[in-house]
Amino acid sequence: MGLFADLRDSISAVTSNLFAGEGDEPKRIGIYGPPNAGKTTLANRIARDWTGDAVGPESHIPHETRRARRKENVEIERDGHTVSIDIVDTPGVTTKVDYEEFLDHDMEKEEAVRRSREATEGVAEAMHWLREDVDGVIYVLDSTTDPFTQVNTMLIGIIESRDLPVLILANKTDLEDSNVQRIRNAFPQHETIELSALEGSNMEEVYDRIAEKFG
Amino acid sequence: MPEQDRDGVQLDLISAERMEGKTSMEKIRMILDSVHDGDIVVLEKGLTPDEESKLIEVTMTEINPDGFTGIEIESFPRSDTKESGILGRLMGKEEDPAKLTVIGPANQIQSLHKDDTLISALLKRK
Repeated sequence: MGLFADLRDSISAVTSNLFAGEGDEPKRIGIYGPPNAGKTTLANRIARDWTGDAVGPESHIPHETRRARRKENVEIERDGHTVSIDIVDTPGVTTKVDYEEFLDHDMEKEEAVRRSREATEGVAEAMHWLREDVDGVIYVLDSTTDPFTQVNTMLIGIIESRDLPVLILANKTDLEDSNVQRIRNAFPQHETIELSALEGSNMEEVYDRIAEKFG
Repeated sequence: MPEQDRDGVQLDLISAERMEGKTSMEKIRMILDSVHDGDIVVLEKGLTPDEESKLIEVTMTEINPDGFTGIEIESFPRSDTKESGILGRLMGKEEDPAKLTVIGPANQIQSLHKDDTLISALLKRK
């Protein structure tokens, strides 16, 4: 380990980047973020805009997405050329899951326990994907909530440590309490794009940036 | 960790020296074993991003409806002086782990707040 292993990994990363170009397999772009940030709404928006299909069901209940779902070969056209990516919609990442929180959403205990178990499996799966199987990350944040959380800090740190390209999206700008600047202040080292995935506002800029970052 | 008065909350202040030489899984096991016992763990030198990722993953596999609901965690930011990315690694710079990190059982910590220089944990009374 140490310098020699790091050097080998770095050379491998550099050479794979050098030889990655048009005609290669589509890059797998993971959509990450905390629960209820609007990740599936965004994944569905992108998938519907470019393939006509949705990725998965959306809900206001946390942990609606409990399995990573991949939409393959999403071809985004920008300025006369096509960027082909696989979108991986992942479960919201958290460090805790309590089944009792689901009881507030009119669920019976048995259903709440099952849902929380699936949610924990989903978070573990999302972390595994992040370490092993994604080539870039779209990090989605709810712009009405405080971005200075440990989960966000840890995830951005993990993404940076793996040298993955990342685009931060400040979602839910249709809501009155939206504060995009707060997100820009939290992660000044990364580009932040504002949008409402629900209403589809500012999606053209989002697609421009996706094509630049991951194309 | 020594088993003593279990009516109180045990605080384990773990030195960087104690963690040195441990594998990622040994560190994670040590942390989660303490947290399962209801203890608060304070790491003098935190985990690497990769270890944090594995800590979340292992924590998720151990959550169960009969008691363990996961962890609360806060740490001070990583040093701004570290060399990061490919260049840093080519130059032989190690990833600098996070500084002081506090980890505890989610169902016993009422709130865990942080600013630039202070982490404040409010524990539930038993």
